[in-house]
Amino acid sequence: MILDLKHFLRVERPLWDELEGLLRRMEDDHATRLTLEETRRFHYLYDRTASDLLRLGTFAASPEMAGYLESLVARAYGEIHETRDARRRFRFFNWVRREFPRTFRRRIRAFGLAVALTVLGSIFGAGLLRLDPDAKDVLLPFAHLMGKPSERVAQEEQSRGRELTGVKATFAGELMTHNIRVSLMTLAMGMTYGVGTVVLLFYNGVILGAVSYDYIQDGQTRFLVGWLLPHGSVEIPSILIAGQAGFILAGALLGSRQRLSLRERLAAVRSDLVTLIGGFSLLLVWAGTVEAFFSQYHEPVLPYGVKIAFGLLELVGLFSYLTFSGRRDNEDGEGMS
Amino acid sequence: MTRNLAGRKALRVQTPEGVIFNLRVAGVFTRFLALSIDLGVITAVSSLLSIVTALLAIVSIDFARALSVIAYFVLSIGYGIFTEWHWRGQSWGKRIMRLRVIDASGLKLQFSQIVIRNLLRPVDLLPFGYLLGGTISFWNRHGQRLGDLAANTTVIYIPESFALNTQQLEESKYNSFREFPHLEARLRQRVPPVEAALALDAILRRDELDPKARVELFGEFANYFRLLVPFEEHIDESITDEQFVRNVVTSLYRQKSTDMQERLFTSGR
Repeated sequence: MILDLKHFLRVERPLWDELEGLLRRMEDDHATRLTLEETRRFHYLYDRTASDLLRLGTFAASPEMAGYLESLVARAYGEIHETRDARRRFRFFNWVRREFPRTFRRRIRAFGLAVALTVLGSIFGAGLLRLDPDAKDVLLPFAHLMGKPSERVAQEEQSRGRELTGVKATFAGELMTHNIRVSLMTLAMGMTYGVGTVVLLFYNGVILGAVSYDYIQDGQTRFLVGWLLPHGSVEIPSILIAGQAGFILAGALLGSRQRLSLRERLAAVRSDLVTLIGGFSLLLVWAGTVEAFFSQYHEPVLPYGVKIAFGLLELVGLFSYLTFSGRRDNEDGEGMS
Repeated sequence: MTRNLAGRKALRVQTPEGVIFNLRVAGVFTRFLALSIDLGVITAVSSLLSIVTALLAIVSIDFARALSVIAYFVLSIGYGIFTEWHWRGQSWGKRIMRLRVIDASGLKLQFSQIVIRNLLRPVDLLPFGYLLGGTISFWNRHGQRLGDLAANTTVIYIPESFALNTQQLEESKYNSFREFPHLEARLRQRVPPVEAALALDAILRRDELDPKARVELFGEFANYFRLLVPFEEHIDESITDEQFVRNVVTSLYRQKSTDMQERLFTSGR
């Protein structure tokens, strides 16, 4: 088609400018709602600009104009054809009460896999340390865990938590941010078809198993449980939830038993991933606070019985929350993975 | 691999109405520059925050340090999420480099997509300096890094509003090609848009060129157009290469007859 470019521009450009103005209004403010009349006008402008683009498609004279029209049509197309529910208002308490625990339950099999890998890692770590006590240097890359557990316990009980005086809040902040970063990495490793997530969870398990075995064989079980349970009862499940999210991502990439395209599979898990990220991040903020302000105090300042009871209470609370919260309401898709 | 008219990576979307549009995908280097600007912004804002938190040390040093650690973490993780959500797919760096994150299906960008593409960054960073993400993005047909693949997003260039200057062409002298409409038709059919625009640009900026470069440039253009559409000798033997190119460009952009205009702008309206 041969086009009179000047005339074409003179007639059409005001309409493109009008469409761009409407688009800018909608893009600048998420809450913008067009009136019925404006919506009709918007649709008309979109149709007309799209037809201008078609007309220009066979004309060899202006790639800049074609690029500009393509960009306009693309922006308007996104606004008009978007059918996903994006305007639903986020309600925090509803999210905590219903959405997070429901998502967790809907994807429970991925969580089970994360638990199994961590348990396997723990058994491996404990077994390795039993067979070769010298492997401690390799398995536990933390200076404060290198010595004999009973000596450390005596030292900790003697210090009465004084070494953390004046730095507890900083320590809590460092713990929170570090643990969230590790959890995000565990999730992101799902993009390696889950291989990276498997490695991180297994390694985490190895450390946990090795430390536990080291303390138990030295007769420090009460200290170990009293030290780990208050924050570990929330921190360990949080990292497992991050692993769960990693496996959901890997499952979408692998796409077993699904007839959807890769793009559709990833889209189907996306909002669940965001929910789980929000969930484990919140839990890790709590775990970091408890670890800095509570876990580091030992007998005689804080009896181990109290610490263990507190940890157990948290564990039961977390289990009940994830199992029962939001269950009474209509719950779609429960039990799917 | 989908490429646009200029042969660059492009995202091709077809609407239900049958309209096809190609959006130019941002290159790895431009994205890296945008990222560098964003890192600069994060550093600057975190420096400001550390000054503010340092003031809180009057109340409690521990509290001030904790706040500083958490604020830096929230800033480094949340900067991309907040800016891309607030500015519809743009951060400071992307705004400056005229880039935008979009849904790879051409639909509206959703919050979950922004969160996923930003939080999966750690895997793109592996083993160091975006090596994995950059390599994948380079080879991917839509320039997507791993985070983009998971979020179904891509980064495109935003075309600037164009200004087509045909004024000088209208002032040009008599165009001998008008006597040969079949050759003009062939020119319009065979000259690619990019080359047409380049030739127009060369004509408009001809006075800025050195005399020697001007002769060489228009010689190359003329030879190229002659290869596309062979002209009989008597048509172009008496004109210079520059005049030849000028005639070609005027033929490509010139105003058509009134009846043609009417046919174009009344049909289907």
